[in-house]
Amino acid sequence: MSDHDHDHPHDPVAGDDGPAATRVRALEELLIEKGVVAREDVRRNIDWLVSRSPGDGARLVARAWVDPEFKERLLADARIAALELGLDPGPSPVVVAVENTALVHHIVVCTLCSCYPRALLGPPPAWYKSLPYRSRAVSDPRGVLEEFGVELGDDVELRVLDSTADIRYLVIPRRPEGTASLDEDELAALVTRDSMIGVAEPLAPASAAA
Amino acid sequence: MTFAVGDRVRVADRAHAGHHRTPGYVKGRRGRIERVHGSFTNPETRAYGSDGLPEVVLYQVAFELEPARTYVDVFEHWLEEAR
Repeated sequence: MSDHDHDHPHDPVAGDDGPAATRVRALEELLIEKGVVAREDVRRNIDWLVSRSPGDGARLVARAWVDPEFKERLLADARIAALELGLDPGPSPVVVAVENTALVHHIVVCTLCSCYPRALLGPPPAWYKSLPYRSRAVSDPRGVLEEFGVELGDDVELRVLDSTADIRYLVIPRRPEGTASLDEDELAALVTRDSMIGVAEPLAPASAAA
Repeated sequence: MTFAVGDRVRVADRAHAGHHRTPGYVKGRRGRIERVHGSFTNPETRAYGSDGLPEVVLYQVAFELEPARTYVDVFEHWLEEAR
């Protein structure tokens, strides 16, 4: 296992199967063979990606909930705001935070592929990459929200953000009722991944109690 | 043509063989410049091994779609002036 040379082809140790995985492995081998990427780069990038989690985004949101001036800085430039908290905003040159309020609700999609603020939210969920979500988030966003359990009033303006290019979007969800006495860490525990994509509300305080 | 926030624009209604980042559902549609994101390398050439230079200005454009207002990031060479 660990003490033989990798100079011969064989099945990978962790056996993802299916046509997509086979295609990805073939592409990876070609890119390595042609010197476009190094195997070490692939591994390092995967390590980085799986080390990310929605906890970082949640810290940004919780700080914004307790510190209005920080919220303004987050809305002005989410990259700089993330750096201010010692968080890695990732390779994207521009990260934009948008705020959900009583009157406006944002939902994020990438209709072309799976663009997502991975540095702050971790790997995107499978449904985010699925064709039904990518098409229905634009054609029937209220229906999508209902399926996720979010019922918007008729007076709420719904905004769909399609991250088609270099920009990554992060939703600042509404702070739940009954959280006035919670500290920043307790608030961060209420902020779910889905609420920062805009398809869910944050947890209610009781349901977050461990 | 460089645009400013508030400008009315129309997305070019053209086919493009190869990688591009302009979704079909906004081609030919009118919208309004919401944000100017800055300049970025061109994904249409970068996808084929180029350095993607010169950089192209990327805008966030708001479209009044049914059923919801939708914001899409569109590169400048896909945008035309609209009245």
